[in-house]
Amino acid sequence: MQTITDYLPQHPFFAGLPEPVVALVAGCAVNVHFRPGQHLFHEGEPADTFYVIRHGRVSLEVRAPAGSPVVVDSAHADDVVGWSWLVPPHRWLFDARATEETSAIAFDGACLRDKCDTDPAVGYALLQRVVQVMSTRLQSARIRLLDVYGAPV
Amino acid sequence: MTAVAGAGSRAAPRGDPFVPRPFVVRRHRQDTRDTWTLVLEPADGATMPFAAGQFTMMQAFGAGEAPISISGDPARPEVLEHTIRNVGAVTRALVHAGPGTELGIRGPFGTGWEVSSGRGGDVVFVAGGIGLAPLRPAILEVCADRASYGRVLLLYGARTPEDILFGDDLRRWAADHAVDVQVTVDNGQHAWQGRVGLVTQLVDRGGFDAVNTLALVCGPEVMMRYAAMALRARGVAPARLRLSMERNMKCGVGLCGHCQLREYFLCVDGPVLTYDVLEPLMSRAEL
Ligand SMILES: Cc1cc2nc3c(=O)[nH]c(=O)nc-3n(C[C@H](O)[C@H](O)[C@H](O)COP(=O)(O)OP(=O)(O)OC[C@H]3O[C@@H](n4cnc5c(N)ncnc54)[C@H](O)[C@@H]3O)c2cc1C
Repeated sequence: MQTITDYLPQHPFFAGLPEPVVALVAGCAVNVHFRPGQHLFHEGEPADTFYVIRHGRVSLEVRAPAGSPVVVDSAHADDVVGWSWLVPPHRWLFDARATEETSAIAFDGACLRDKCDTDPAVGYALLQRVVQVMSTRLQSARIRLLDVYGAPV
Repeated sequence: MTAVAGAGSRAAPRGDPFVPRPFVVRRHRQDTRDTWTLVLEPADGATMPFAAGQFTMMQAFGAGEAPISISGDPARPEVLEHTIRNVGAVTRALVHAGPGTELGIRGPFGTGWEVSSGRGGDVVFVAGGIGLAPLRPAILEVCADRASYGRVLLLYGARTPEDILFGDDLRRWAADHAVDVQVTVDNGQHAWQGRVGLVTQLVDRGGFDAVNTLALVCGPEVMMRYAAMALRARGVAPARLRLSMERNMKCGVGLCGHCQLREYFLCVDGPVLTYDVLEPLMSRAEL
């Protein structure tokens, strides 16, 4: 069976990180599994975890005052979920729900922050990767705001 | 007018390109809340061969004329299929043309996708919204000759799950023709189990051999611009990247200048053009 340290370099988020850095962050990680419908986290709760999705599908949802939640984004194999562990006040800004059997690696956010604070080179390398994810998601959200496919007449 | 640009394959109209031929609506299907597919047959019985990617000028008598891409199977020129989104006066009249209604058709016009030039390599179709309709004939062409192609991906973005076109086709292409169909929507309700996000994110995930890929893109211009950038970033060559530029047109034969994009008349030099031609034009605000 593949260990977390073996697996991480294959995940696009960690690809290219020096081996000692991977080994260091792997010390903060555990394997987790979610059944369809199970939540990874809820809006407002302390954001103390960072998820790397191995298999499955996760919906990122915002609860609306009336009716069912709206899915604003989704995450799949090779994606990561959550950057609130890095950004104060470390609270989730949305719900995350598995919509099929999902395997992930969960990183303890406090442990990661600690490693980043202790070794700024590790912190910078991780931050660069998180910023890349944030930038892609921000770009996606901005373009979707344009409603390019147009509202039905 | 410059003769370069697009993919080459095309069929030409029979007779005077300004005179509409009468076609009769045989079948009329509502695909989504605002989009219908019409299956028409020529009143004079003569077939209308076309190349995948070409369009006709469809006339609803009394309402006017609109350019609409052919969404049917190029191997079946005896029927003419069009998928139309109701956005205004002409398209409203067209989508409400029930069985037995006579419509005027000019064409076929424009350049085709020339998907067969991708034989031996991977093919990536990137569709946004109604843009799946003009790609459908090219996808059918690939499915009919599937063994000649490598990996085939259809990356399709729609506004909501209710706006997804050709659901039966999508399932059949995936199940029977080994097409890797990936669908994403801009907005999903709780019950939607699929992807939510931009179609360009599907491009970023790869799954094709970029240097040996032909990419065909159709959708709103903003979406095409970002999809083209994502395909280029993965390494698809500009000459192997084709977009359908569906700017509004009138005459269909390169005379009136309605669809002019710098030196190109999109109705004859396009609508399908390669990205090496389009790249400098698409980012210019005034064009
Ligand atoms: C080559 C080509 C192929 C096309 N293929 C299809 C197709 O397969 N199915 C389909 O539903 N439509 C297609 N279109 C778009 C279609 O021609 C227009 O939607 C139609 O002309 C609108 O006419 P209307 O009188 O119904 O609406 P209008 O009142 O003329 O327009 C209604 C709204 O749609 C916008 N609009 C009009 N034309 C276009 C356009 N070309 N691009 C973007 N926005 C536009 C207008 O700005 C306006 O906001 C194609 C266009 C071209 C040029």
